[in-house]
Amino acid sequence: MKAAIVVFPGSNCDRDVQVALRQSMRGAPGHDEPIMVWHKDADFEKVDLIVLPGGFSYGDYLRCGAMAAHSPAMTEVVRRAKAGVPVLGICNGFQMLTETGLLPGALLRNAGLKFVCRDVHIRVETSQSPFTGRYQTGQRLRVPIAHHDGNYVADEEELERLEARGQIAFRYCEPDGAVTEAANPNGAARNVAGVFNEAKTVLGLMPHPERLADSALGGADGRPLFDGLVEALS
Amino acid sequence: MKARVHVTLKPGILDPQGKAIQHALGALGFGAVDKVRQGKVIDLEIAETDPEAARASLREMCEKLLANTVIENYAIEIDAGP
Amino acid sequence: MSEAVRPNLARSGEITPEIVAEHGLSEAEYDRVIEVLGREPNLLELGIFSVMWSEHCSYKSSKIWLKTLPTEGPQVILGPGENAGVIDIGEGLAAIFKMESHNHPSFIEPYQGAATGVGGILRDVFTMGARPIANLNALRFGDPDHPRTRHLVAGVVAGVGGYGNCVGVPTVGGEVNFDPGYNGNILVNAMTVGIARKDRIFTSGASGIGNPIVYVGSKTGRDGIHGATMASAEFDDRSEAKRPTVQVGDPFTEKLLIEACLELMATDAIVAIQDLGAAGLTCSSFEMASKGGLGVELDLETVPCREDGMTPYEMMLSESQERMLMVIEPAKEDLARAVFEKWDLEFAVIGRLTDTGRMVLKLNGAVVGDLPIDPLAEAAPEYDRPWTPTPAPAELAPGSVPAPEDMGRALLDLVGSPDLCSRRWVWEQYDHMVMADTVGRPGGDAALVRIHGSDRALAITTDCTPRYCQADPKAGGAQAVAEAWRNLTAVGAQPLAITDNLNFGNPERPEIMGQLVGCIQGIGEACAALGMPVVSGNVSLYNETNGKGIPPTPVIGAVGLVDDIARTTDIAFKAAGEAIVLIGETRGHLGASIYLRDALGRREGAAPPVDLAAEKRHGDLVRGLIRGGRVSACHDLADGGLAVALAEMALAGDLGATIEAPGSAPEDAGETPLHAWLFGEDQARYLVTAPGAEEAAESLLEAARAAGVPAARIGVTGGPALTLPGGAPISLGELRAAHEGWLPRYMGD
Repeated sequence: MKAAIVVFPGSNCDRDVQVALRQSMRGAPGHDEPIMVWHKDADFEKVDLIVLPGGFSYGDYLRCGAMAAHSPAMTEVVRRAKAGVPVLGICNGFQMLTETGLLPGALLRNAGLKFVCRDVHIRVETSQSPFTGRYQTGQRLRVPIAHHDGNYVADEEELERLEARGQIAFRYCEPDGAVTEAANPNGAARNVAGVFNEAKTVLGLMPHPERLADSALGGADGRPLFDGLVEALS
Repeated sequence: MKARVHVTLKPGILDPQGKAIQHALGALGFGAVDKVRQGKVIDLEIAETDPEAARASLREMCEKLLANTVIENYAIEIDAGP
Repeated sequence: MSEAVRPNLARSGEITPEIVAEHGLSEAEYDRVIEVLGREPNLLELGIFSVMWSEHCSYKSSKIWLKTLPTEGPQVILGPGENAGVIDIGEGLAAIFKMESHNHPSFIEPYQGAATGVGGILRDVFTMGARPIANLNALRFGDPDHPRTRHLVAGVVAGVGGYGNCVGVPTVGGEVNFDPGYNGNILVNAMTVGIARKDRIFTSGASGIGNPIVYVGSKTGRDGIHGATMASAEFDDRSEAKRPTVQVGDPFTEKLLIEACLELMATDAIVAIQDLGAAGLTCSSFEMASKGGLGVELDLETVPCREDGMTPYEMMLSESQERMLMVIEPAKEDLARAVFEKWDLEFAVIGRLTDTGRMVLKLNGAVVGDLPIDPLAEAAPEYDRPWTPTPAPAELAPGSVPAPEDMGRALLDLVGSPDLCSRRWVWEQYDHMVMADTVGRPGGDAALVRIHGSDRALAITTDCTPRYCQADPKAGGAQAVAEAWRNLTAVGAQPLAITDNLNFGNPERPEIMGQLVGCIQGIGEACAALGMPVVSGNVSLYNETNGKGIPPTPVIGAVGLVDDIARTTDIAFKAAGEAIVLIGETRGHLGASIYLRDALGRREGAAPPVDLAAEKRHGDLVRGLIRGGRVSACHDLADGGLAVALAEMALAGDLGATIEAPGSAPEDAGETPLHAWLFGEDQARYLVTAPGAEEAAESLLEAARAAGVPAARIGVTGGPALTLPGGAPISLGELRAAHEGWLPRYMGD
C-alpha cells in the first residue's frame, strides 16, 4: 500500500498523520513510507490512499479550506477521488473536501464561537467502509477535536439523503453512545462528526484520530482507523 | 476599476456570530435589534475597463472561491470610477 | 568604508529637546549620543540610539543585577545573550527556550498583543535552529470585578490561541491569575520551547566581510512605531502619519517562516540569523554586526515595504512581525532564495557586512545614517539605581488566624475562587495536542512533551507567586524557582534550567528597585542550590499606572528531562484503597496565603520560608520514587495548601479520599491548628499515593525516613467524596461544580 499526504502552506498535522499511518503500516510487507506531496505538485505518483491533513491551510483566511481546495494538487485529488481512489480528510482536510464538493455540506464557525480542543466521544455509524472496517457499528471512540469551524451544516433534504444512504460516518455522543445536544461540541447538524461520499471512498471528519493512535498519549481509539485502511487497501 | 463583493450567509443558515452580536447589542441596550447577520466585504481592484466584463469575471471568482455557494450568497458592486 | 560616507549628515538644530524627550532619552544620555557620534544625530540616528539604549534593548536598570545570576552548568550550551538559552538534553539534542513579555501591547489590544507576543517568542526559538515543540503562557489580570478584566481575558486567551493554534505548536501550560494590582497593567508572558540538533545551533554573530545580509518573511509596514515619535516634527505635515501603531500578527506567515528557515538551516547556507523583534531592523542588524565585530551597510530602498513612501526612520524602527535577517554564504544565495520563494515569502538582499565597524544606512546611494557600532554599544547607559529593601512583614502565627466555620465550605470556596478554579475554559481554546507528542496535558503540575520519535520527554512549567514576592522579594524569588523545580520533579523529571521573565514597576523608585534586587537575589540563590541555572530571560519594567506598580512578578519558566515516559506520573488518584502520603514538613504557614487573602480578605504576614536544602532533599526523594514506579500519583503543594491539592487529585482521578490529620483526632494535629494544616502553604511538600498493598506505603515511608525526609500517612483514596478530618464528606460532584464553574460563568458562557 502507498499513501500520500498533501501538504498545504499552513498544514500542521501532516507529520502527525504520517506517524500514525507509518505505525499501522509497520511490519506489513510491501508497504512504503507515506509520501508528502507539496500542494503545488499536481503530478504525484500513483497511490492507494490520499490524506488531506489538519491545520490552517492558507491561514484559514477567507474560509477554512477554501483556498486549498483550488491548489494544483487538489485538482488532481478531486480527479483521482472521482476515479475511486480513497481520500481521508481530517479537520481542515474535511473542510477542503466540502469546499471541493467531494463531500456534501459545509463547516461553519462553532456554535460556541470559540476554538475547542478536547477529547470527545463519537459513535461509529457504520463499519461498512474501508475507513471503519476495524470498528463495530455503534462502537464508541474517544478522540480529540481541535477546531474553530466544525459546525456541520447541510439542508434537510441533504441530511435525509445522507442518513438514507448510510453516509454519516461518526456522530458526537455521550460516553455511553447516546447522541445528545450536550455531547455536541460545535453545533453540528444531527451531531455529525464525519461523513462519507456515496461510494464510501471519501471520508471527512472533524476529530483527529491520528492524535490518539498511541497509548503513550493517553488513548489509541484512533488507531483502528489507520490499521483498517492499511488492511483494506493492501 | 474598483469592485466590492458582499458575501453573506444564505437565509436559514444558522449564523452564530450574528447571534452573538445581537446578544451583545441587547446587553448594551439596543434591544430593538431583531436580527443580525454577519457577512464579509471584499474590495478588489481589477485591470478591466468594461463593467460587464468585470462583472462576469467577478461572478466567476465568487462561484469558484470568494463564496461557498452551499452556504453563502454574494452580491457584486462595481465602481466604474469618476 | 571611506571618509566619503561622512558628509551631509549633521543637520544642526534639527533635534530639539522635545524630540529628544519624546525618544525617551535623558539629557545626559543625549550628551553621550553627541559624544559617541562626535556631532549631533539626525532624526534617524536619534531613533536608533533611542531604541538601542531603551530599557527593553539595553537592560540598563537591571544589567548589573542580572550579572549575579548563575548561568553555567554542565547542561548549559548557551546561556543568556543569544535569542534564547540552549541546554543539552542528551542523544545529540538540545532544548532551546525563552520567555518574553508582551504586557503593554496586550493591555492596549489584547488579541493582537497576545498573538504577537506568541509570535515573537516563537521566532526567538526557531531563529536558533530549533523546531518549536511547546508554548506556555503566564497571564496575570486585574480584579475580576474591574470593568476591563473580562474583555482582556477574552482577548488575550483568544489571541494566544489564535496564533499558537494556527502555527501548529501546542500550547501546553502556563498560569492565569487575578489581582487588583494588575488592573492597569496586565502581564502576558509567553514561553516557547524548541528542540534542535546540538551540532546545528544558529546564532546571530555575523562573519565574512562582504557577505550579503538577507531580509526574509513579511513586508515592512508602519507597525509598532512609537506614537510620540510618529507625531514629531518631521511627520506632522503628513496626513497619514498618525497611523495605529498596534502590531498585527500573521500566524500563517509565521508557520511558513518556521518551515522555510528550518529547511534552509538543514543546508550550510546560513552564517548568522536573527529575528526582527523589538526595534526591528535596527536592533537585529546592530546585534549581528556587533557580535561579529564587523560593520554593516544597508541599502534601504531594497527593504520590502508594505506601503509606499516609507522613510528610513520608519523602516529602521518598524516592528512589523514575521521577519528575519540572515547573513548567508554568497555562493548559496540562489539556494536560499529558492527555499523562501517555495514558501511564498519575501527574500531580499538588503546590504552587506563591512570591515568598518560602522552601521551605514543608504537610501538610493545617499548616506542617511552613519553610526559607530561598538562605541554605541559600549556607551549604552548602565545604571546602579538606588534601592531600598522591602521591609519584612511580621510573622503571622497559625493560631492567630481564624479558622473557618466549616472546613468543607472553605475548601469549596477556595477551589471555586478566581485564582484556584479550573483553567479548562482557557486551555480548551488552545490546541494543546497538535504535533501528537503531548504526553502530559494542561492541568497538572508540569506539561510533558515527548521528544519526537523517542520515549523521552521534556517537562515544562511556569511559576510565580507574587503574593510572596510582595511580602518578601527574596523569599518570593526563591520560592518561584523552588516551585518550578517541584513541579518538574512532581512528574518525575530532572530539572535542568530556567528562563526568567522579570515584571516590575518603575525602577527609578527605590522601593521598586528593591523588589527587583530582592527577587533576583532569591532567584540566584535558589538556582544555585537546586542546580538549575538561568539560560535566558527578559525584563519588563515600568509596569505601573498612576504611580502604582504591579506586584513584583518574576515568572520562572523551567525545563526538565524525563528519560522514560513510562516512568512518570500525574496528579490523578488512580485506584481506591491507596495510601496518601504527605512528604515534607507542615507547620501551617498562613502568612501571605490564599486562605488569608480569599477567605479572610487579609494581605499580611511573612512569605513562607524557603529551605532550599530541604527542597532538594525532598524533591530528589520524590523523583526517585516516581522513577522507581513506587508512587501512583504525585502533586506538589502550593497555593491553597494540602486541602486544595487533595481536591485537585481527587477531581483529576474522579476518585474521592478520606483524610485524617496525623494523630487520632483533628484537634490533635500536633501544634498546628486544623485549618492551618489544611490550608497552610509551607514549602517543599508533595502528596503521593502508594499503589497497591499496605507494604507499598510502609516501604515508601521507610524510604523517606532513610532520606531524612518528613513523611506521614494522612489518608486513603476511595469513594465518591473527599472527607476532611472531622468534616462531612464533600461529594466530588459538588467539588467539581465549584472548581469548574467560576471561569465559564465569569466569562459568560
